[in-house]
Amino acid sequence: MKPDLRFDFLVDKEKNAVTIHREFNAGRQPVWDCHTKSELLDRWFAPKPFTTETKSMEFREGGHWHFAMIDPEGKKYWSLQEYRSISPIDSYSAYDGFSDETGAPNMDMPRSTWDATFTDAPSGRTMVTTIVVYGSLADLETVLQMGMQEGLTSTLERLDELLATFG
Amino acid sequence: MKRDIFQAIADPTRRAIIVLIAGHAMTPNALADHFEVSRQAISKHIQILNECGLLDQEKAGREIHYQLKLEKMQEIDMWLEQFRKLWETRYSQLDSLLATLKEEKSHEA
Repeated sequence: MKPDLRFDFLVDKEKNAVTIHREFNAGRQPVWDCHTKSELLDRWFAPKPFTTETKSMEFREGGHWHFAMIDPEGKKYWSLQEYRSISPIDSYSAYDGFSDETGAPNMDMPRSTWDATFTDAPSGRTMVTTIVVYGSLADLETVLQMGMQEGLTSTLERLDELLATFG
Repeated sequence: MKRDIFQAIADPTRRAIIVLIAGHAMTPNALADHFEVSRQAISKHIQILNECGLLDQEKAGREIHYQLKLEKMQEIDMWLEQFRKLWETRYSQLDSLLATLKEEKSHEA
């Protein structure tokens, strides 16, 4: 990440919401494309060492993105985003959650809503604001805990120690 | 039932109790004076906070004073830090992709 690109991560514990502001050194169209075309999403969405693989995508209201995050051993973790509203190239919103291989959403796992907004920033940059809202903070915790189990990032490993303190 | 700190802060009354006892130790009665709900309801909230491991107790005569374990609250921030890192990693990958796309386009032109 370039140090001068704005990145804010705000948590509203009362609304169970996380707001992420991030500036990108590119125009709105390419940034929008990277969020809404599966062949581009596959190139950045899963944090290393995971990779992203799209099974199917229909970018339209009521459509979906069904994809897997694949760990270095080849194990797949399926997710489903269902698009609620789309307003090119300004904003889109979606339900986000886990699914199975067939794309059936897993309702036992926490689901969240995503609202992504794209605006022009100075010097030809683009600001993306993503608001992720969970049903409860306990849901948010479950997701983070899963992230740890799946080893989504190596930094999550230190949470092993933390979990032990929960007893 | 296993409880954790996220259950503790899921309720607005409990969040208010946390704020009150963050500064100094208080008895259940002193806490209840700050709320419209019954003392019994406050006792229940204190019990949940205690089960979540958020409280230190100190006996002074007949009274029990409760105080917040600040280090437990910090665990919440640690959880969120992991979530922040995930987005940071993801977005720095997007930076690289956008730079690559820009280069590809300039080669085409």
